[in-house]
Amino acid sequence: MSTTASPTGLADPDELDLRLPVSYLADGHSVRSWLLTTDHKRIAILYAVTITLFFFIGGAAATLVRLELATPEADVLRADTYNKLFTLHGVVMVWFFLIPSIPNTLGNFLVPLMIGARDVAYPKLNLISWYLNVGGGSLAVAALLLGGVDTGWTFYVPYSTVFSNTWVSLTVLGVFTTGFSSIATGVNFIATIHLLRAPGMTWFRLPLFVWAMYTTSLMFVLATPVLAVTLLLVVAERTFGLPIFDPARGGDPVLFQHLFWFYSHPAVYIMVLPAMGVVSELITCFSRRKVFGYTFMVYALVAIAVIGFFTWGHHMFTSGMSPYAALVFSFLSFVVAVPSAIKVFNWTGTLYRGQVGFESPILYALGFVGLFTLGGLTGLFLASIPIDVHVQDTYFVVAHFHYIMVGASVSAYFGGLHFWWPKITGRTYPETWARFAAILMFFGFNLTFFPQFIAGYLGMPRRYHVYPPEFQIWNVLSSAGAAVLAVAYLMPLGYLTWSLLFGERATNNPWDATGLEWRTSSPPPRQNFFGSPRVQGGPYNYHPEGVAPIHDQPRLPSQGSLT
Amino acid sequence: MSSADVEARPREGHPDIEARLREPWSDLETDHATAFARQRAGATFGIWIFLASEVLFFGALFLTYTAARLANQEAFAAAGRETNIVYGTLNTAILLTSSLTMAVASQAAEKGLFRRLTLGCLAATAALGLAFLVVKGFEYREDIEKHLVPGAHFALAQAPAQIFFAFYWLVTVVHAIHLSIGIGLVTRLIAKGRRDPDFLKENPQVEVTALYWHLVDLVWVFLYPMLYLPGRSG
Ligand code: HEM
Ligand SMILES: [Cu+2]
Repeated sequence: MSTTASPTGLADPDELDLRLPVSYLADGHSVRSWLLTTDHKRIAILYAVTITLFFFIGGAAATLVRLELATPEADVLRADTYNKLFTLHGVVMVWFFLIPSIPNTLGNFLVPLMIGARDVAYPKLNLISWYLNVGGGSLAVAALLLGGVDTGWTFYVPYSTVFSNTWVSLTVLGVFTTGFSSIATGVNFIATIHLLRAPGMTWFRLPLFVWAMYTTSLMFVLATPVLAVTLLLVVAERTFGLPIFDPARGGDPVLFQHLFWFYSHPAVYIMVLPAMGVVSELITCFSRRKVFGYTFMVYALVAIAVIGFFTWGHHMFTSGMSPYAALVFSFLSFVVAVPSAIKVFNWTGTLYRGQVGFESPILYALGFVGLFTLGGLTGLFLASIPIDVHVQDTYFVVAHFHYIMVGASVSAYFGGLHFWWPKITGRTYPETWARFAAILMFFGFNLTFFPQFIAGYLGMPRRYHVYPPEFQIWNVLSSAGAAVLAVAYLMPLGYLTWSLLFGERATNNPWDATGLEWRTSSPPPRQNFFGSPRVQGGPYNYHPEGVAPIHDQPRLPSQGSLT
Repeated sequence: MSSADVEARPREGHPDIEARLREPWSDLETDHATAFARQRAGATFGIWIFLASEVLFFGALFLTYTAARLANQEAFAAAGRETNIVYGTLNTAILLTSSLTMAVASQAAEKGLFRRLTLGCLAATAALGLAFLVVKGFEYREDIEKHLVPGAHFALAQAPAQIFFAFYWLVTVVHAIHLSIGIGLVTRLIAKGRRDPDFLKENPQVEVTALYWHLVDLVWVFLYPMLYLPGRSG
């Protein structure tokens, strides 16, 4: 490793000059070349930087929340500070970290590469979407930190409109603005996938990650506007005194909940479909097998995206709705679990008789499968009305959605980050550390959130800073787990940053993976490819069907250099 | 999309096509004419997806209105009688006419033959849009004078009538913002089209603007019966 190498890769003066175009990272070093770039790869990096920031802001709030909950009494925080912290945590994690996480970083980077395009269909719009995201995020985070908001991330009326004396309107405006960034991304991805596929890249040859991005984009485009309206109505009522939901004047607060969850239920799929896409790529690569039931995987994604629009009522079983409506929502919530289960079975089927390696990306992916299964199964509990009435607004719900959103989606994000890191940065990271972080994350996560299932089932309500002493054991376990989890989340920050500066150069295809993104240099040039890609076969051509596994297939050295 | 037949047509007399190609279409592995056709198709495709998003946006507003109206039928009828149907009808006529001029402009630009017609129709569209806003301004002044703003001094006795007017103000302002954006887009086309004689010819931006404009009009077509007709039948 030469000391003169620059962190941007391919700028090593000792390197042989092959007269190849410079990589996108070396293609301009000024701040301007980053802030005004229309290169989808650089925009992905911009997004990665901002969501990392938001992740740690949200994480700091969660740390304080868990600290307070270590004992039944209020010892660190006052009630209203506690309320402001869990709101800060929820708003930032949902809208400024998790929703943009995979789509805007990995998706932005990979969709054009995977379909053999030079860029997304509307490169400028792509950049604008980042500015909208940063603008909205700064506004919301400023409001949440300077003034604070105590409504929870759900902004339920009439509390948010009539009673709360906190900085609701500014926060809501921030989220509103970010919504346009989601819509812009959705429009861009849909158009890119429709119009810019390389010759031969038919719909059923698309990698599953691209399908996941496509279905996610559909939901971005069709669900986000409803959130925009909902938030607009809150601001109108709160700031301009236009009473839409005010029960005193004949308005209906439950209507707010319908609108909110019409967006927010699809939003949970916005958060998890991309993760499914990532995990599909990882599992097939690391078991060296074609993905089991490719077409079913595609149909399952589409089915989830479609049915996901019709299950929002399961968040409102206890808010008052007609029993027939409840029945339908309950039924549809069970239905939407079917395609999810199909995916789990197909991942398992892919692993079955595969030559599974245990490099760090697959560790994250396996963690995903386990945690997603648990989160999904507890979702079925919640979809059945009698159980939901029992555990609604308890820690059971908190545990459920953290299994999906953090256990599953964040693991998948880290898995994807490790998998494509060599491609994105041109560097390799220390594999031992990465495996250790993956395993720690899995155990830390379960230690944090499994006890919450129990506490919730026993009746511990969410969103209080004090609780009856009999719940303390579960909370101590959970807070201890949070500490482990915090370490596990900080570790990649350390060793991945290290790898940018000191990591070995990555080869073009360190994992021996299929897919067009591996058919170019690491990191790729501004134009993505040398020449024009043409696609001649389906994806995941790892191991021909009906052929016995080759047992001595070369594997990566387990640590250090991948080259 | 009619991209297929567009692609087939060879384009002569267009030395500037290359200049008008943008990333990433300019990198497509085809001749410039085909790439340009795909760029055009791409622009219209994108705006259609955006319009789908807009439909959900206004759809959610309409749903909110419907739910509130079903729950408070009499108050909504009483409130509906207070809106000024003369201004409302006038504005409906203005907007529908503007859609006509916009459509003519878009077709003329697509044929690429009638630059002056295109410019004229675009100017008429922008002017009609402005006229709508002016009429709306007069209407707002009257509404304020009649105390139709929800709050302590609201004119009507029934409380739910305030919900009607909350909706009225919100949705007309949101519509006016959309319309103002539309006027801005049309004005931009006029300015660029006047400076560069070739700018409007076959430029997808004209069709994109037109599609957006029609959506804004269409929203008004729904708003008119929702805001001006309740309580006025029978
Ligand atoms: C270190 C990791 C995390 C810890 C320790 C943690 C802890 C918590 C706790 C204790 C609550 C409950 C607050 C209450 O209702 O009383 C909560 C709520 C929540 N968390 Fe997390 N969380 C973590 C990561 C995340 C991530 C990555 C997301 C991203 C989606 C997330 C999303 C949420 C949401 C949406 C809520 C609900 C907020 C509300 O309803 O007020 N959390 N979290
Ligand atoms: Cu849900």
